[in-house]
Amino acid sequence: MLNLGLSVLPLARFQFEMTTIFHFFFVPMSIGLVLVVAIMETLYVIKKDPMYKTMTKFWGRIFLLSFAVGVVTGLIQEFQFGMNWSEYSRFMGDIFGAPLAIEALLAFFMESTFIGVWMFTWDKLKPAWHALTIWLVFLGSSISALWILAANSFMQHPVGYKINAATGHVQMTSFSALLKNQQLWYEFSHVIFGAFITGAFIVAGLSAIMLFRNKSPKFFRKSMRIGLIIGLFACVGSFLSGDMQTQYLIKEQPMKFAATEGIYKNTDNPAPWTVFQITNEKDHKGEFKIEVPYMLSVLSYHKLSGSVTGMDQTNKALHKKYNKKFGKNMNYNLPVNTLFFAFRIMSAGFGALAGLAILGLWFSRKKKDTILKQKWLTLLLGIATFGPFIINSCGWLVTELGRDPWVVYGLLPIAAAVSPSTSATSVLFTNIVYFLLFTTLGFFMIMYAKHFLFEGPEGLGDKTNYDLEDPFSKEAFEK
Amino acid sequence: MSFLQLLWYAVIGLLFIIFLVLDGADFGVGMATRFLASNYTERKLLLRTIGPHWDGNEVFLVTAGGAMFASLPGWYASLFSGFYLLLFFVLIALIFRGVSFEFSDAALTEKGKRGWLWVNFISCLFIPFLLGMLFTDMIQPLPIDAGGNIFVSFYNVVNPLSILGGLCITAVSLYQGLNYIALRTEGLIRYHASRLADNLYWIAYPVEVLIVIALYFQTNFYERHLVATLVFLVLIVAVTVWGQIAAATDKEIQAIIASSSLFAVIVMLIFTGLFPYVLIANNPAHSLLIKEVSSSPYTLVIMTIVLVILLPIMLAYFIWSYVSQWHRISLEEFKKDLDNGETY
Repeated sequence: MLNLGLSVLPLARFQFEMTTIFHFFFVPMSIGLVLVVAIMETLYVIKKDPMYKTMTKFWGRIFLLSFAVGVVTGLIQEFQFGMNWSEYSRFMGDIFGAPLAIEALLAFFMESTFIGVWMFTWDKLKPAWHALTIWLVFLGSSISALWILAANSFMQHPVGYKINAATGHVQMTSFSALLKNQQLWYEFSHVIFGAFITGAFIVAGLSAIMLFRNKSPKFFRKSMRIGLIIGLFACVGSFLSGDMQTQYLIKEQPMKFAATEGIYKNTDNPAPWTVFQITNEKDHKGEFKIEVPYMLSVLSYHKLSGSVTGMDQTNKALHKKYNKKFGKNMNYNLPVNTLFFAFRIMSAGFGALAGLAILGLWFSRKKKDTILKQKWLTLLLGIATFGPFIINSCGWLVTELGRDPWVVYGLLPIAAAVSPSTSATSVLFTNIVYFLLFTTLGFFMIMYAKHFLFEGPEGLGDKTNYDLEDPFSKEAFEK
Repeated sequence: MSFLQLLWYAVIGLLFIIFLVLDGADFGVGMATRFLASNYTERKLLLRTIGPHWDGNEVFLVTAGGAMFASLPGWYASLFSGFYLLLFFVLIALIFRGVSFEFSDAALTEKGKRGWLWVNFISCLFIPFLLGMLFTDMIQPLPIDAGGNIFVSFYNVVNPLSILGGLCITAVSLYQGLNYIALRTEGLIRYHASRLADNLYWIAYPVEVLIVIALYFQTNFYERHLVATLVFLVLIVAVTVWGQIAAATDKEIQAIIASSSLFAVIVMLIFTGLFPYVLIANNPAHSLLIKEVSSSPYTLVIMTIVLVILLPIMLAYFIWSYVSQWHRISLEEFKKDLDNGETY
């Protein structure tokens, strides 16, 4: 067969990274958007203002597009474990299969059944019942995130298992331990708040683009404010859960933590925080450093003292711990530059979003609404629509690349997980097709979403005038 | 083999049956858009009958895969990595089918809308065909090594039996889709659906006869399970005849029960024929038994508890979603809905 000098492992890894990142564009987007849409429909049920109904349908259409792409790219994931990572599937089946099957039975059925009901029963169900169906979609998609992360958390931090002496595979000994895994609850809350941020800022950002263009300002101002309020709450949640996850990381995966901070040698006490450095991964040195004293101690331990263990020491410890089982040649070094910058882009991007949310809410406040005049702000918010996608991907990269060289932490190296029977040519071929497919799907999805957006509420047949009221008009006085 | 291992083997089979019965109808409706409908509105009307349901139906495939991963992981790993490219093409077709509904509504031009309907049709043709190939490939003796890895050659994937298997599942999906359309529409379309099903049933008999022969040459079903295999083969032909008569005499409910039973009997034939193995190797020492590929007893107990609790709840709302939206759609009514700006 054609030999291109490529081996299966890097190709299969690339495929997993590509397909999960693309899938993970749409998953947080769908979970976040369905929350915003459900809140809008609930507002309609409570306030009975038809504008909220139009709003629900309007953002619902963008949600449906995202949901469609999210579902189909999720199919790839389920097949991929068996196709590219059959040794992993054999090794992990006893643990991984259960959450995956429960995810399907409990979550996938709920979201896909009720989304079908929601789409087609606007006229048939009473508004409150109809709103309930979209909340069930939200519940289903959130539960789905919980179960898939239960499997992921085991890979990050194995619990409730033993190694089967005959097969060498992991075997579940406690199902409840799988769910009580601390890693799961930190990871789940951080991911779910990240999803809320994504949906909220897509609604807010796209609304801001329309405000920038001065189209249906009343409609989009309200949409933007709903998005920003949800976004701001989610930012707080994301910050708190991220902080807890960091505390946990220092204890459980010191290598990952040191790599995101670019620390090779144990730090001084108190530890300074490196804002910026170019890491020389060969000589284990940071260059062009900018440091803030005390800051890393504060971030890591919430106090003004305490040093952080560097990668060199952790590396030795890992060799000592695992050499007997996995040999001396395991490479525990991580792609430090990638992790370092991914973590900083995530944190800085997050800060920028939170700041923009506060500004957006301030300038569109009821007492003195000048949002239409703040072109700079609506422009920035419009650009911020894309922020969460970058931030989510960065967070995901830190979590997953930081687990190197393990696929299941401390139990199974990535190299031992790949399918022995697939050829590099096949995986190369599927990589190329997936890439073309994702480009196509992404292109159409963005094109259609843009079209919906620019049509505005009129595209749904809503002929209401959504211009802002002139404060000196007759109607304004009568109110 | 323990009782729970047997139970989960059966559950996986049952999930595949439900998947084929439900989503098979969706594939059939997709195919029927080119055979039964003559214009864009009629095509949309046909797709409207499955609009709220296809996504949920597809979840049965995901659940079958998940159940396989959870209860018989060795089977899942060997099968999915072994038939790599075949499953890849199934995936691509499922992806295109999945986005085609939403994208054909969202497309900006008439051309775009029509284009996505073509995408739907083509993927609905390929998915059952490729799955039929997979189902008939996986029952043949395969080159499996001591580690359970399958190293397939082109012939292991494309061979007379697998092509017949592909044709068979595609044809039954089409019958199922036509029978479903007959139940869910009103007027001429309803009438034509039954006529078309009646006529197309003639394809089934030669395919079935050829499968009976190919099973002899390409599998060892007759050696290992002679009686059961013969019983299921006779049942397959009997159910086919019943289905055709029901379609010809406009007994719509009987017709869909017959085509659904056809799916059920086919899957039962496959699962009984394989038993007690999940994969059969050229070298008999490497064949994989159910008990060798299974999860631990503890995991199986957990999974069984989960199934017993969750399945009834899930089935309750799943069935409700069909019942609450069950009505016959006529062309006139559908046109009125379209004029009122209902997009779906």
